[in-house]
Amino acid sequence: MSQTLLDKVWEAHAVRTLPNGATQLLVGTHLIHEVTSPQAFGMLRDLGLKVLYPNRTFATVDHIVPTDERVEPFSDDLADAMIKALRKNCEESGITFFDLPTGKQGIVHIVGPEQGITQPGTTIACGDSHTSTHGAFGAIAFGIGTSQVRDVLATQTMALHKPKVRRINVNGKLAPGVYAKDVILHIIRKLGVNGGLGYAYEYGGTTFDAFTQEERMTVCNMSIEGGARVGYVNPDETTFEYLKGRPYSPKGGDWDAAVIRWRATASDLDASYDDVVTYNAEDIAPTVTWGINPGQAIFIHEQVPFPSDIPQKDRATAEEALAHMNLKSGEPIKGTKVDVAFLGSCTNGRLSDLQEVARHLKGRKVHQGVKAIVVPGSQGVAALAESMGLAEIFREAGFEWRGAGCSMCLGMNPDKLVGDQLCASSSNRNFKGRQGSPTGRTMLMSPIMVAAAAVTGEISDAREVFGVN
Amino acid sequence: MALEKITQVAGRGVYVPGDDLDTDRIIPARFMKCITFDGLGEFAFYDARAFAKEAGEVHPLDDKRFEGASILLSGSNFGCGSSREHAPQALYRFGIRAIVTESFAEIFFGNSITLGMPCVVASGEDIRAIAKLIESDPAAILTLDLTEKKLSIADTDFPIQIADHAHEALISGKWDAIADLLDGVNDVKECAARLPYMAT
Repeated sequence: MSQTLLDKVWEAHAVRTLPNGATQLLVGTHLIHEVTSPQAFGMLRDLGLKVLYPNRTFATVDHIVPTDERVEPFSDDLADAMIKALRKNCEESGITFFDLPTGKQGIVHIVGPEQGITQPGTTIACGDSHTSTHGAFGAIAFGIGTSQVRDVLATQTMALHKPKVRRINVNGKLAPGVYAKDVILHIIRKLGVNGGLGYAYEYGGTTFDAFTQEERMTVCNMSIEGGARVGYVNPDETTFEYLKGRPYSPKGGDWDAAVIRWRATASDLDASYDDVVTYNAEDIAPTVTWGINPGQAIFIHEQVPFPSDIPQKDRATAEEALAHMNLKSGEPIKGTKVDVAFLGSCTNGRLSDLQEVARHLKGRKVHQGVKAIVVPGSQGVAALAESMGLAEIFREAGFEWRGAGCSMCLGMNPDKLVGDQLCASSSNRNFKGRQGSPTGRTMLMSPIMVAAAAVTGEISDAREVFGVN
Repeated sequence: MALEKITQVAGRGVYVPGDDLDTDRIIPARFMKCITFDGLGEFAFYDARAFAKEAGEVHPLDDKRFEGASILLSGSNFGCGSSREHAPQALYRFGIRAIVTESFAEIFFGNSITLGMPCVVASGEDIRAIAKLIESDPAAILTLDLTEKKLSIADTDFPIQIADHAHEALISGKWDAIADLLDGVNDVKECAARLPYMAT
């Protein structure tokens, strides 16, 4: 019988059916970080249990690390206690920790792929909802809560119910100035922030075929913003090419065997899906959010909507969003003044994001009064960007070049919005208070649109600002 | 590890209106700088409560009339966003023991069930009707009967829904899967041994 990738991976990792009907699913790779793991290690100690597969568990520190002054002890005692707790837990359990001094630290969803730990046909779990990022490699990757982190540490499994699969096709060529970020914002806008409930999203079509591995990661990353816990792309030559030669990738004869195996995990051409939707790449324009959830998005040339034009069920949230964002219905979104430009995050903090922005930013200056920061997703990304001269381009333009971490995506470190500052952000969530200030305002967009906002001091069409045609 | 069979939750109710109440709203990230879940209760909906206070209003969770409520009612897509278990932990430690909404985000739902905190779905119309009953008599006791799949208040029954697996897990005292998962460890090792990438 023809199967989807999800079917195949699920079948290979299903240990047994539990008494309550759930599947005990083997988690091949467990990624942990400092925020959602310490309580799980505490629970493990209370139960007198040990980590079952320390060699399949990998740690990094990302949420709380400062991006400017990185000398320990951190000035924030709580943050300092968190990194020390993770260090101790990893040492005691024999878990590899991509710690600050290793040069391999970074956002967990950037480190996994970069190290070659993220591989096709595997299952991955992490106490972080953006774990779906790893699906870009044809892995089935779940964000989990801390009790499940405990379950995975103790048993390398968790209790799960198999999701349905929705195939999302995007076909055609994206216009210049339109990026993977615009594609996923468009998908969420169309399907809604809870449209993916109970589904895994399988992304495909000629647009995805042409995407680089890093572009696929940007899309898979935000699956959860559409309510889908899992998002994936079938692995192909692009995937294998990206993985070849990475530290944890198979080597020598193992490599060839792995590629044969990986290729076979892709969905069969005649696989059937619980739902199929199709979009045309040509219909997608640079997209920005105007509200307080990622589905509240419009094209750059559109106007802030009127609540009366929004379906009844979403109207109250729209009104709340307009009040929080201090935006007026009917006004163009273009021209909205920005205070901060944030370039980074597990959505758009990879080398290709920085390369693409630097290419256009060269010789331009950040607008007076705008605080612009660029936070590479990992120390690896930072080192490459520095060696390629990208850091210098950003600095010359007036961006602050920072150390790797989650930073202002969620403001758990010192990088926070102040008061009701408006931030043009390449991150993934525009929830109220998300960027560290309860009244702070976030507008999500592609990295190039963040750069355009930084240069002009207002929400702008990057195609006009940088002459992209 | 014997767990309590959760068949009924009874207590006073509190209605926090709104759709898409995300986990950043339920527990802002700055309160997650901790290595235990202790003390998170006071930070539940922290910013929303502070905003209300500033505006001279009272957030339902600070309204004396609803003090001690253990059943929380809200809108659709409750708990969307981050996977942080800090969100249901904060609500539980605030005193909430069951949540009734129009729909739940998936990770939040699973995290809550694992804590033994039932999350059940009712129609928006029913939720607003229950909210009115609570408003008119905050002392009224709501009874969530999982066996009968109904929520009762003031002699009125409202139907509720809950996914079969979660329903079964709660009423049979198997809402925390760890014991069952541990029972399967030998099978886990066999399954892992069949996967080339697990062997390396």
